[in-house]
Amino acid sequence: MNFTLKVWRQAGPEAPGRLVTYPADDISPDTSFLEMLDIVNERLIAKNEEPIAFDHDCREGICGMCGAVVNGYAHGHERGTTLCQLHMRSFRDGATIYIEPFRAKAFPVIRDLVVDRSAFDAIITAGGYISIRTGAAPEANAIPVPKENAERAMDAAACIGCGACVASCPNASAMLFTSAKLAHLGLLPQGQPERFERVRTMVSAMEQAGFGSCTNHGECEAACPKEVSMDFIARMNLDLIRASLKHR
Amino acid sequence: MMLDGKVPEGPIEQKWDQHRFRLKLINPANKRKYRILVVGSGLAGASAAASLAELGYAVDCFFFQDSPRRAHSIAAQGGINAAKNYPNDGDSIWRLFHDTVKGGDYRAREANVYRLAQVSNAIIDQCVAQGVPFAREYGGTLENRSFGGAQVSRTFYARGQTGQQLLLGAYSALMRQVAAGRVRLHKRCEMLDLVVVEGRARGIVTRDLITGKIERHAGDAVVLGTGGYGNVFYLSTNAKGCNVTAIWRAHRRGAFFANPCFTQIHPTCIPVTGDHQSKLTLMSESLRNDGRIWVPKNKGDTRPPSQIPEAERDYFLERRYPAFGNLVPRDVASRAAKAVCDEGRGVGPGGLGVYLDFAEALERLGRPVIEERYGNLFHMYKKITAEDPYREPMRIYPASHYTMGGLWVDYNLMSNLPGLFVIGEANFSDHGANRLGASALMQGLADGYFVLPYTIGDYLATAGKSKVDVDHAEFAAAEEQARGRITKLLGIRGERSPDSFHKQLGKLVWNHCGMGRNDAGLRRALEEIPKIRDEFWRNLRVTGTADTLNQTLEKATRVADFLEFAELLVRDALHREESCGGHFREEHQTEDGEAKRDDERFAYVAAWEFKGDGAVPDMHKEPLRFDYVKPAQRSYK
Ligand SMILES: Cc1cc2nc3c(=O)[nH]c(=O)nc-3n(C[C@H](O)[C@H](O)[C@H](O)COP(=O)(O)OP(=O)(O)OC[C@H]3O[C@@H](n4cnc5c(N)ncnc54)[C@H](O)[C@@H]3O)c2cc1C
Ligand code: FES
Repeated sequence: MNFTLKVWRQAGPEAPGRLVTYPADDISPDTSFLEMLDIVNERLIAKNEEPIAFDHDCREGICGMCGAVVNGYAHGHERGTTLCQLHMRSFRDGATIYIEPFRAKAFPVIRDLVVDRSAFDAIITAGGYISIRTGAAPEANAIPVPKENAERAMDAAACIGCGACVASCPNASAMLFTSAKLAHLGLLPQGQPERFERVRTMVSAMEQAGFGSCTNHGECEAACPKEVSMDFIARMNLDLIRASLKHR
Repeated sequence: MMLDGKVPEGPIEQKWDQHRFRLKLINPANKRKYRILVVGSGLAGASAAASLAELGYAVDCFFFQDSPRRAHSIAAQGGINAAKNYPNDGDSIWRLFHDTVKGGDYRAREANVYRLAQVSNAIIDQCVAQGVPFAREYGGTLENRSFGGAQVSRTFYARGQTGQQLLLGAYSALMRQVAAGRVRLHKRCEMLDLVVVEGRARGIVTRDLITGKIERHAGDAVVLGTGGYGNVFYLSTNAKGCNVTAIWRAHRRGAFFANPCFTQIHPTCIPVTGDHQSKLTLMSESLRNDGRIWVPKNKGDTRPPSQIPEAERDYFLERRYPAFGNLVPRDVASRAAKAVCDEGRGVGPGGLGVYLDFAEALERLGRPVIEERYGNLFHMYKKITAEDPYREPMRIYPASHYTMGGLWVDYNLMSNLPGLFVIGEANFSDHGANRLGASALMQGLADGYFVLPYTIGDYLATAGKSKVDVDHAEFAAAEEQARGRITKLLGIRGERSPDSFHKQLGKLVWNHCGMGRNDAGLRRALEEIPKIRDEFWRNLRVTGTADTLNQTLEKATRVADFLEFAELLVRDALHREESCGGHFREEHQTEDGEAKRDDERFAYVAAWEFKGDGAVPDMHKEPLRFDYVKPAQRSYK
């Protein structure tokens, strides 16, 4: 297959960026999107040009390292799919493909398609945990968890922290990410003691990091490669209200 | 030299308790004066860094991804073992210990394995308390499933994402310590060298992958939890960034490398489709519970699977191993698949594949049950291959997956270099010549949560507090060398990319030191590897500069180390004239093609000492004694 790529190139955080056109010819339909970029990069190196920088690691859709906006969609057009799992057979032969970094104030571009997502770590640092010391845990089956809650907690915990939700949100909000962690911990009995304190500190960290607020566009859920549900945002907002009542 | 694993005296079930009692302690108020450098944020590194910080030590944690949560452990699918015996099916610490020693084909240190089984239960408790959403029964208690090489159900799991959930648990504990100011994180930061001062590991040299800045870090001890070296084969199930650099550089500084030839080839991976392929995807071992593996009886049978009648199919695992059938351990299953493909009976492009067929299970159980059990895997398979495994059998082939070898450590997880501790997949310790499924996660967390935090205190208390700072001549020298290598790599200005060398090396190592190995092939590889290395240093092209994010340069530094390491891997495979676990020497097999161990000559750990570039490394032996599990020919028939 043959494609024309329009790729965002930016030498550094302060440098100006622009879209550059590259041909991507002779690509097997079985190639993944990132493998297609590998091929283009090998050809750039052969021409003594600098390859396109992009983040990736597992290439199995689980580490959350990869991601770019492809033809306007975070991780591309296929639902429930990370960029590394997207295959070229899902594009039309001869298509022009626009590839840009995830954009958000809280995710500054480092180079080309690579962005800095440290703000997510800051949100977790603010309370995305259950305070338990190594060795202090009770016997595992002493804490029964209804299967339904465990499953629901797992749905939320499936978040891979890629940032597609932020990149696709018109307000660059991190509500889906934050609420997923809060739901994961808040749905489990182990997470109850710190539940309301957690929602306050994490939401405040989220605001401080420069993420926008949620106005119910729903783009985040549509872009999420793990199809994490927006219902968790409602849950978070409810908990936040309850937390503020408790606090008074 | 004979190596001493420092296994404590006493009956095996009391060794660890008594040893812990004998370990020296550091006064809680003094702990913060000790700085520990932890390299790696996977299950091993993150759990260690968090636990050490909780104890009060000052911890620095380094990793090359942008967040600790993205370490390769995140990709583990199937589960984690523990001897809880919740299903009441007769499991115990003894049984887990026994299965692991046998599964490792009697090439692991008994005392370590026993301790691993002993602490396994505390790991599950810890993870549940952190909020890991393990699968549950309707009554709210934890659910288990079975894995290869065991006849009990002792595997805990969180859907197909067990590694992710365990790592997120360890990551959350780590971030809590970051919030408390006890851990400093160094993201996108790659260790390039180890610094040894007066015989003790005292620091590391790193490169900031964003700014290119080379930095020195000093500490009272260094812990490496940097994962395995499976990417030496280029194509593997490992994440793209997995590398040998940290442990190889430590090896060059004096740390012994143990059993590098013990590599695990996983039987069920999606086959290679073409040269564009950058990695291979694992299809979990759990699929072998219901999938049947077969190839056509006749060579060159290119009919689609549905048109091959039952009588013309060879269910070769069921035929060869009637007792375990499709659930034989990984090494056995991989070799059997290779054998039928070598006979010309493989399926799919290039004949490198066998069928994993669910037709019978679909008929017996119905589609909903299969969907519930394996839905995510079927989905992943379809995404990659564009074939529907509900309609036609999957095609699978073995791929590099895990490395049992690694830096040599004693019972305290300390290498022969005082002050250098090695945990998780990076060490050689517990799996012998073959790892059982769901045991790597257990080992990584055992090391990090429950072993290292005790043993490192003893070292620090014994070695005492002594100041070294980064201005020491050894730091300056290590930095100079790291800088020099980068300058050299950028200065070659040849024609070929780092990836092209990596692919070439991978193919060579796979062909001669992969699933089947023989004297002639290994000798050939020993001749070829230096040639590739020579060309690499003459003809490499690294675009860009050293002072920015430069992924081509990152690859080049890693490939340079793989090119050195590969030679040691092959040398170890050549010296071990026996077959055991994942190491199959074609000259040493039984009449029916099974691995033939030679306990008389090879019941030892081979620990290699670096002697300089171009020099033949020295081998040291740690003899293995089996007082509790008597070595026997492994049989799964
Ligand atoms: C696809 C797949 C599925 C698996 N499934 C299972 C399973 O179901 N059950 C099971 O028990 N095991 C499984 N395994 C094996 C298991 O996941 C690994 O052995 C284990 O997670 C390794 O953990 P670790 O902490 O030792 O290393 P890793 O998780 O690999 O972490 C390595 C860390 O070191 C850092 N690092 C590496 N090199 C450097 C350097 N030079 N400088 C700085 N930092 C560095 C990395 O950034 C990372 O943080 C699976 C493996 C794969 C590939
Ligand atoms: S590379 Fe890991 S999710 Fe895509």
